[in-house]
Amino acid sequence: MAALLIQLGLPDWLAWAITAGIAAALILNVIAVGALVFIWAERKIAARIQDRLGPTRTGGRFGWLQSLADGIKLLAKEDLMPEGADGLLFRLAPYVSFCASFCAFLALPFAFDVVAQRLNVGVFFVIAVLGLEVFGVILAGYASASKWSLFGAMREAAQVVSYEVPLGMCVVVPVMLAGSMDLVTIGEKQSGWATNWYLFHDPFTFVVFWVYFTCAVASVNRAPFDLAEAESELVAGFHTEYSGLRWSFFFMAEYGSMFLVSALAAILFLGGWNGPIPLATLIGLSDGAGETAHYLARLLGCVNLLGKATLGVLVMMWVRWTLPRLRIDQVMTTCLKYCTPIAAVMFAGAMLWTLAFPGGLFHGGRRPAGEVREGWLSAVDAQPSLVARSAAVVAAAGVADRAGLRSTVSAAPAADGVAVEGVGAREDGGAWGAP
Amino acid sequence: MSGGSWGAGGVAALIAFGPFSEPVTVSHYMVVGAVMFVAGIVCMAVKRNALGVLMGIELVLNGANVNFVALSSPYLQANGPGLGLDGQAMALFVILLAAAEAAVALAITLNFYNNHATVDVDRAEDLKG
Amino acid sequence: MTGHSLLGAALPMVAAINWHSLFFLLFASLACGFALAVVFTTNVVRMALHLVLSLAATAGLFFLANAEFIGAMQLMIYVGGTLVLLVFGVMLTAQQPFVSIRTSARDQVLAGVAGAATLAVLLVAVLSVGRWGLPASGEVDAPTATPLGMALLGVRVDAAGGGHSGFLLPFEIVSVHLLVVLVGAAYLARAKRRRTPRPVDVLASADPPLAPRPAVAVPGGVTRGASRSALVGSGDAAGGGA
Repeated sequence: MAALLIQLGLPDWLAWAITAGIAAALILNVIAVGALVFIWAERKIAARIQDRLGPTRTGGRFGWLQSLADGIKLLAKEDLMPEGADGLLFRLAPYVSFCASFCAFLALPFAFDVVAQRLNVGVFFVIAVLGLEVFGVILAGYASASKWSLFGAMREAAQVVSYEVPLGMCVVVPVMLAGSMDLVTIGEKQSGWATNWYLFHDPFTFVVFWVYFTCAVASVNRAPFDLAEAESELVAGFHTEYSGLRWSFFFMAEYGSMFLVSALAAILFLGGWNGPIPLATLIGLSDGAGETAHYLARLLGCVNLLGKATLGVLVMMWVRWTLPRLRIDQVMTTCLKYCTPIAAVMFAGAMLWTLAFPGGLFHGGRRPAGEVREGWLSAVDAQPSLVARSAAVVAAAGVADRAGLRSTVSAAPAADGVAVEGVGAREDGGAWGAP
Repeated sequence: MSGGSWGAGGVAALIAFGPFSEPVTVSHYMVVGAVMFVAGIVCMAVKRNALGVLMGIELVLNGANVNFVALSSPYLQANGPGLGLDGQAMALFVILLAAAEAAVALAITLNFYNNHATVDVDRAEDLKG
Repeated sequence: MTGHSLLGAALPMVAAINWHSLFFLLFASLACGFALAVVFTTNVVRMALHLVLSLAATAGLFFLANAEFIGAMQLMIYVGGTLVLLVFGVMLTAQQPFVSIRTSARDQVLAGVAGAATLAVLLVAVLSVGRWGLPASGEVDAPTATPLGMALLGVRVDAAGGGHSGFLLPFEIVSVHLLVVLVGAAYLARAKRRRTPRPVDVLASADPPLAPRPAVAVPGGVTRGASRSALVGSGDAAGGGA
């Protein structure tokens, strides 16, 4: 995009600024429009599960304008602040939550290379920034000067800090399989048929996915883990005292986070933008087919990822309206006595499985061609020297054997340590794509 | 040209040829580290709330981390990376140990609060001779 | 006309901006400013908020210095973990809403003088090393996450680390240390049985009913003890309306 604008004759900085603005606007729209759609969907789903109709009037038969009408109502509401509240923190808290949710989208790829900022430590960044959302909730609970809010905030703090542990362990498993923390690389390693998804890589990753989903639901505070806003005990928890636009910011943050963890699940376990069937490749939209095909393939990838993420959000809604809320001690038990040990054991299991069958469940002992750990190794691969090549073969053939790696790297002159980021990811894709 | 445009042009010139056009070096980072370090030290000295002291410690550790990262960065130095990866690894360990330290310090603070109903460090004088 | 000439004059100047420096100055001023704000604020929760912002800005500085992994670590462990714990501690120990404990003016002046002296010494020391003031010559783009991970496992793959060993031993020591700390913290913060009423409870009974008193509700420890009954609430929380 920026390159395109630079070609048009714009100065570099202007091109980058425009690109950044467009990316930010797009992400903001994904969150805002997504929240509108998801709130509507939640109301319809909840209604259907409870044998009701849900919104039916606003905007035609299905009431699909209901959220928009609600949004306008929220805009027009009086902005209340309880007496005795800490004004600055009370006003700041919703924006902290929303900013955390928004910033995490920066590193989330929607298709191959369709990402606002491709980060070498993408997964880590997303999880880390998402964890900051809890600050808004804590501040809101504390600044409201209300007991309900404070209890909600305390529960949230305890819950989120605890659930980050198993969540991190689950996320590490696909990272280990892909050999990279770059979300684009992880997604691209699963291209091809559904058998390439890390969900089906081995039995352990299959279990890990469900643990991840449980922890993700808990870390975004959805039922059955929505202790922070348990309306039957805490009125509304941390946002008891909020109304109007600020309250809606909390909700946008919540729905944004839901979408984000679902999209992350899709990229880490469900192949990301690579469908169950490699449709784009089958109809000839591979990268070599020209500019239009290139963009069409990206568009298909976006649709694919958005579909999977939406599916994840819908499942979360289904769970919310099906399961009763846990008590706080049950929430903690679930995390510390079940999720964490299961995640740890599955992590070890997946590691051992990868040692025994590098290709996973469906590809047996056959290691897919073009196994590249990261940029610095592919730079070594490009080196024509026999030593480097043989060392790379050693490194690729077995486990990352230390002697092999050391010789690989020492064989490359220091200048080759300068890496070309993400080289080889796409080439891998082709090899993986063959069923 | 009108006066207004001269003023705006001056601002633009200041932006372009002031500190913004100067490349960042290790010294810049070190200054940031020094400020954070001193802020942490003063915080530790001044605050009577045990948690305030804890925050001061975090600031001090963070100031040190800024220096480690700056010295290890190939972006900032003329003759290649100074500390290389060593600096980053050190920063990593500092972060980990700071987390551990915070957990223990918080547990101690809570215990102290249980016994004294306050977190004022000046009240911890039971062992004073 | 004027606008056009202004734009024409401003464009090349804007183009001359070193964006790395601009963002560095942005993050650096945020980090320093909020670090100072931590010192000058008396309200503990505000202090925690300023500390969060300062450390987050520092994470930005790390990203600018090509230390992505450290930056993400900073965000995750420091900001997302340690500081949440800190705020948690603040809420558990707050005696009145928006607690602040004042220091005597004499102490403040003394600390200010000592701090200024330390800062002066540090700044002179920093600026006296000429090598640190020279900018980098060329563009470098070396991802650091993987080499760092390899180094933690005992294998150095970066150019500068040739001949040096990795960090496997420190890594293991830190892991064991963290485990010990986990056990120790759990032991320290455990709920103890008491026979005599604590000062907290005595204070609680003498309090006006409307003031929020987090400390009273949750005195026992992080999630245990007397806090249980208050935190748990009713068990029949099935479903509930929207």
